[in-house]
Amino acid sequence: MDRGESIRDPATASRLFLILAGLVLLWPLLKATEFRPWALFEADSVQATVRFLGSFWPIAVEPDFLRLVARETWRTVAMATAAISLALVLAIPLSLIAARVLSLSALTGTMSRVPFLIRRLIHGVLILLRSIPELVWALVFVRVVGLGPTAGVLAIALTYTGMLGKVYTEILESTDPHASRALLRTGSSRTQTFFYALLPTCAAELISYTVYRWECAIRSSVVLGFVGAGGLGQEMDNSMKMFAGAEVATLLLVFIGLVALADRASATIRRIIE
Amino acid sequence: MKIQTRDLEARHRAFRSADDRAFEGLSLEIGAGEQVAIIGPSGAGKTTLLEVLACAMKPVSGSLLLDGRDPWQLSTAELQRLRGTLFLAPQVPPLPPRQRVVTAVLAGRLPTMSLLASLRSLLVPSDLPGARAALERFDLAEKLFERVDRLSGGERQRVGLARTLMSPASLWLIDEPLSSLDPARLQQALQALVESARERGATLVTTLHQVDAALAFFPRVIGLRKGKLAFDLPSAAVTPQALNDLYETSSDEAHNAGASRGLPAHASVSITTMHCR
Amino acid sequence: MRAQTWAVLIDLPCLIVSSFATIDLQWQSFVSLQALSSMGRFVGEFVPPETSPEFLHKVIVGAWETLAMSILGTLLAALLGIFLAVPASQHQRDGTGWTRTPVQWVLNALRAVPELVWASLLLISAGLGPFAGTLALALHTAGVLGRLYAEALENAPSGPALALKAQGVGSGRVFFYATLPTVLPQIMSYTLYRWENNIRAAAVLGVVGAGGLGQLLAFHLGLFQMHKTATVLLGMIVMVVCVDALSHQLRKVLT
Repeated sequence: MDRGESIRDPATASRLFLILAGLVLLWPLLKATEFRPWALFEADSVQATVRFLGSFWPIAVEPDFLRLVARETWRTVAMATAAISLALVLAIPLSLIAARVLSLSALTGTMSRVPFLIRRLIHGVLILLRSIPELVWALVFVRVVGLGPTAGVLAIALTYTGMLGKVYTEILESTDPHASRALLRTGSSRTQTFFYALLPTCAAELISYTVYRWECAIRSSVVLGFVGAGGLGQEMDNSMKMFAGAEVATLLLVFIGLVALADRASATIRRIIE
Repeated sequence: MKIQTRDLEARHRAFRSADDRAFEGLSLEIGAGEQVAIIGPSGAGKTTLLEVLACAMKPVSGSLLLDGRDPWQLSTAELQRLRGTLFLAPQVPPLPPRQRVVTAVLAGRLPTMSLLASLRSLLVPSDLPGARAALERFDLAEKLFERVDRLSGGERQRVGLARTLMSPASLWLIDEPLSSLDPARLQQALQALVESARERGATLVTTLHQVDAALAFFPRVIGLRKGKLAFDLPSAAVTPQALNDLYETSSDEAHNAGASRGLPAHASVSITTMHCR
Repeated sequence: MRAQTWAVLIDLPCLIVSSFATIDLQWQSFVSLQALSSMGRFVGEFVPPETSPEFLHKVIVGAWETLAMSILGTLLAALLGIFLAVPASQHQRDGTGWTRTPVQWVLNALRAVPELVWASLLLISAGLGPFAGTLALALHTAGVLGRLYAEALENAPSGPALALKAQGVGSGRVFFYATLPTVLPQIMSYTLYRWENNIRAAAVLGVVGAGGLGQLLAFHLGLFQMHKTATVLLGMIVMVVCVDALSHQLRKVLT
């Protein structure tokens, strides 16, 4: 180690390098995203913004419109709920197959080839499902089944099957395998083992994540409305295209309120489960 | 810095009722540059006393004067400046786990650094020789660039002490500086602390559980028991009987309770094994 | 608690059943034999994906635009998030706790509006192109990260900060020397995790005109150019998988 005045901080070099590298990378990022914050303050942009925001007030409260909003809100919630239910139905068996905890061949050492490959395959399918944004599925399904909530429900169900499946598998695999292995060794079927050993331990976590995803599904439903899947999102898209600021304002408020409600409901359900 | 208190009373940090008292009726006078050790059983109010002296907690009643000024009568700005001239080292070293030792030690000097200099020091430490010298006093120079969470408990405690050396304070309030150190290090660390304080002319007030160390290194010892002053003597004048009374485990309480329940009174604790943990 | 549990146990199945009933799912449109064969034909049109060099070049440019949107958007969100998390985590004791509720409200509003909705709103101010998308990502993610950061700040051990405050150090420096170093690993973990979500969001923002692969996808899908659409889809999947893996690795290394 150095003595006297010439002590060098070993971290200075790497820090300076990281800062330089960051700045060097920042420039192409700014260019690629056409980052022009000053454009927000140009005269015509400001004018357009002010006019749009100005049209927000007063918000639209005609009874006909409010009835429409109420109906579409329910449609959005129903879409999300149906989608999550479908996703559950698909994800649970997939995650049961993919979970190594229930592997019979692994009881006596390493897993044998075929079950291992099947598990890898299912993992891959789940990752694939979860990597494709639901909007993409929705765009495709709208072409196949037409406009309307069906496309939205299918799109969310597929993507969320991937998400739920992967997380369920992780939850199942993170439990202590002692109890399940004991049951499998004494001849219980895998389904029995799931219900008697795994489910009691993981139920709270599984339900908690599912409820959280239900809340996310509501937000997804609104997003999918922008590509024709109905619900609040579609109404918002329509109103925005017509520059009907008052309606957009009402829809935004209703949406924020809906998300807050769903948040509260999900927190309550999760608290009950704990 | 000179400390004068009269009838000082304070509550515990986490008090439950208005009449909770960590200590009461404390009247002390500690001159500038003096070195004092505060000893006493657990729960005697030693830590709270240090916090009150450090202006980290407001006393319930009584007066506290630091260099003749009542800190709680000062404006916020003046109080902040006053705080920069004292240093409170808690028992658990207040070091962020992933920070490096050099930054943690240099943080002691923050009251004297401008905002720009302190931010620059995060990237490129401003006073490497100074930090090294402070760590060297506690035999830790080779850990200058280590991360705090990679050190042992004793090493972290010594980093906390090195931070005291870096601060511009003229009043050092150290809470249990030796609690995590192994016996071989106790002497060296206390020696370094006491010598540095003397060199700087700083007033040093320390709480200690190790009574023999307190008597050996500090010219003046204050005994605190259940929030009240037990004695305030030069260390040469501290008798074994006084220590016995200080650390006796509530014998008169046990007497009264025992009388109604038929329990024997507790025996007094021997003086030499004073690690009350 | 019992009454609440019963309420949930009864409401939940009712909600599910009525959802399916109201939606009017066109089961026949994708379960019947005819539907399956037409879907099969439809999927068949995707193969083979278009691989001409000029188009691949376009896809790569679009992918780079999407990646840049996600990185810059997440970075801006992290900065804005920290800036908002500090007032959102103040405690009442100091007397400065009044900022907590209004700022939490702002964070919730930012978080509630999905990126796509932000993007369509911002198109009016920022015009078409990836700028609107970056801002949309930044705003929404700032709400999410701000809340997570605020939680981390509130749960952080206060020892280091209190020690510096006892020395009379100003709150800015207390933040940089004590609070931030304590919560930095958590902050980086949350931010990297959000990046995984943002790459997916950035990929689709183009559908409303915010550039990147999404704009390419909507364009070619609208023209029923299925081969080109397939290439764009593959590009999306590859990017998402790569970013997921990179984020996972970085999280292991940095935290």
